[in-house]
Amino acid sequence: MSTENIQYTVSIYTENNIGLLNRISAIFQRRHINIESLNTSPSEIDGVSRFTIVVNITESQMKKIQGQIEKQVEVIKAFYHTEEEIIYQESCIFKMRSNLLFDERQIQNIIKESNARIVTVNRDFFVIEKSGRKEEIDLLHRELTVFGIMQFTRSGRIAVTKDEMKISTMLKALQH
Amino acid sequence: MKETQTIQNKAKTTETTERISGSEAVIKCLLAEGVDILYGYPGGAIMPVYDELYKYQDKIHHVLSRHEQGAAHAAQGYARISGKVGVAMATSGPGATNLITGIADAQIDSTPLVCITGQVGSHLLGSDAFQETDIVGISTPVTKWNIQVTKASQIPEAFAKAFYIAKSGRPGPVLIDITKDAQFEEFDFKYEKCKGVRSYNPVPETDENSLKAAAELINNAKKPLVVWGQGVILGKAEEEFKAVIEKAGLPSAWTILGASAIPTSHPLNVGMVGMHGNYAPNVLTNECDVLIAIGMRFDDRVTGNLETYAKQAKIVHFEIDPAEVDKNVQTDVAVLGDAKASLKSLLPLLNENSHNDWHQKFKDLYTIEFEKVIKNDLHPTKEGLTMGEVLNEINLQTKGEAAIVSDVGQHQMIACRYAEFNKTKSNITSGGLGTMGFALPAAIGAKMAAPDREVVMIAGDGGYQMNIQELGTIFQQKVPVKIVVLNNEFLGMVRQWQQLFFDKRYASTEMVNPDFVAIAKGYHIEAQKISNRKDLKAAVKEMIDCEGPYFLEVRVEKEDNVFPMIPTGASVSDIRLE
Repeated sequence: MSTENIQYTVSIYTENNIGLLNRISAIFQRRHINIESLNTSPSEIDGVSRFTIVVNITESQMKKIQGQIEKQVEVIKAFYHTEEEIIYQESCIFKMRSNLLFDERQIQNIIKESNARIVTVNRDFFVIEKSGRKEEIDLLHRELTVFGIMQFTRSGRIAVTKDEMKISTMLKALQH
Repeated sequence: MKETQTIQNKAKTTETTERISGSEAVIKCLLAEGVDILYGYPGGAIMPVYDELYKYQDKIHHVLSRHEQGAAHAAQGYARISGKVGVAMATSGPGATNLITGIADAQIDSTPLVCITGQVGSHLLGSDAFQETDIVGISTPVTKWNIQVTKASQIPEAFAKAFYIAKSGRPGPVLIDITKDAQFEEFDFKYEKCKGVRSYNPVPETDENSLKAAAELINNAKKPLVVWGQGVILGKAEEEFKAVIEKAGLPSAWTILGASAIPTSHPLNVGMVGMHGNYAPNVLTNECDVLIAIGMRFDDRVTGNLETYAKQAKIVHFEIDPAEVDKNVQTDVAVLGDAKASLKSLLPLLNENSHNDWHQKFKDLYTIEFEKVIKNDLHPTKEGLTMGEVLNEINLQTKGEAAIVSDVGQHQMIACRYAEFNKTKSNITSGGLGTMGFALPAAIGAKMAAPDREVVMIAGDGGYQMNIQELGTIFQQKVPVKIVVLNNEFLGMVRQWQQLFFDKRYASTEMVNPDFVAIAKGYHIEAQKISNRKDLKAAVKEMIDCEGPYFLEVRVEKEDNVFPMIPTGASVSDIRLE
């Protein structure tokens, strides 16, 4: 098995329980693995939560961690996928000074070309929102940095797989 | 029609529910799960439950330990010898944190425990209240499952799940944290045992093809070696295991926690693997052609350097926990599932075999180990007493029927190497966590769970003092355990490493000890100390013949080392005999 680090997106289906986040993050922490991004949300099944975690590790590490995650009583199933196997989005928000909109005409072009969206404008500041792949957000960030960003934040990754997850049938059975 | 049904339903509900407090519900849950003994220590946040225990003392026996760690280890000893769930209880804050070492020990050694902790009132949670600690957060990495209960109505389900999770599949410790207001609150109590948790699959399905593949590898093997672990004991698979190895003529070695699943004297039992295990199974691990691992997890103390561990062999792994497969050693065939069922299905697929030439190799290497190590350990000619000869004498006088509860260190390796086991569940020791202080309280739990068995605790002078306060529990409960301290006035195992790997710089390993006999006598426990070989036989006899608890201190050679030994990072086949 390769000893090269690969970016994996881990999708974990769980019961919605207090403390489970702690239990799952502890598995990464024990092995001194940095979590690049983490998102929790409802899933397609009522009452079932979905964690989406991004990590850079070897496949052998990933397999062991998958086993240790699935071993948790309240975890239904854990999957991991490479970049090519998923469709993913991240989103980000920029807060910038409003006068830039009028003084720096290319800002409007940057917003348009990057498929970003102006959420709100008031006298002092305006807010841009952008969803997309990591590189697109990085690019937009670089382009806006020169004008001065008042606040910036980005979300964790959310992802769906291109192939059907084997869990579908199992989850259907759980719905009853 | 509809009306009648409603009335019937109502009647059914009244029949099975009753209005009681959360704390009384705790006791009723324990009774419903068949608990008749628990170990614990009271305090502010758990007082309502203790108040109920007072009312139920004819049905459930609470053993007051002298420290919560003692309660946790006692519950472990109880569970390990009986196969039942051990129960420990403590108050919030320091009471709860004191349980943690026992919980961590139970987690790594797969011991079923239910730990109950009191918690400050729910309105105080998160406010740094008196004796508040986030025990659910603290215990998360060392429990199989845990939960905080803030309403009385959550108690029955929490307990039902806790017992189910603790004992099913690969067992482990669970913790239930109950706020004080939930203990006082009244509700309509009804108990239903847990039959399953939808996200939890305790026993993975056994794949028939993997069983066939395993059988084929075993049938074609010329030099097979079985390494079994506690999975055989936890899975109650001792008989099925014996049938398998006898039919296929498989030499079989054990991990420390697997000891006693088959008798020590069984002709196919070739000894212990690992750092201080036997010479033959360690050396031949790197010569076998098929290594059959059953209910074990390839711990680093078993494998030594993984880069040079059984590389020539095909690996077959029978395992209940899928996360253990390929964790440390890459398998060729993994048979998931319960050991009892898997081994039963494996038996008819196996050919009869004897592997006589291969067995001879184990015998030859045993002879070398006997001449270089065992002879001097068990029948020494030098003046000082050895730990091995004490074990030998205990074997002789208990006829191998005793349960040996050992602590951690040199004496533990000696006890595991030389104790004779005729019965399963006879080797109770802290394997994975290596918890000094485990033995004395664990022996209490073991003896209380199996009053008909002789329970002999063996500890060193270091570990004994880590939970020596439990002599108080032994005295108060009149638990007839036999306490043997092998005193070399050193933290012997650390001293051995300092001698071998740190140029004899004995940093903080020499112990200046108190008068152990006087301490035992202070607790009204009969006690004696011996230092000469000529007194050993009579002293062990007096201890075994004593009806109550007994303390025996044996002064052993100060600077003896435990061999064989695989130095850290070395290969199993580079095991040293001297």
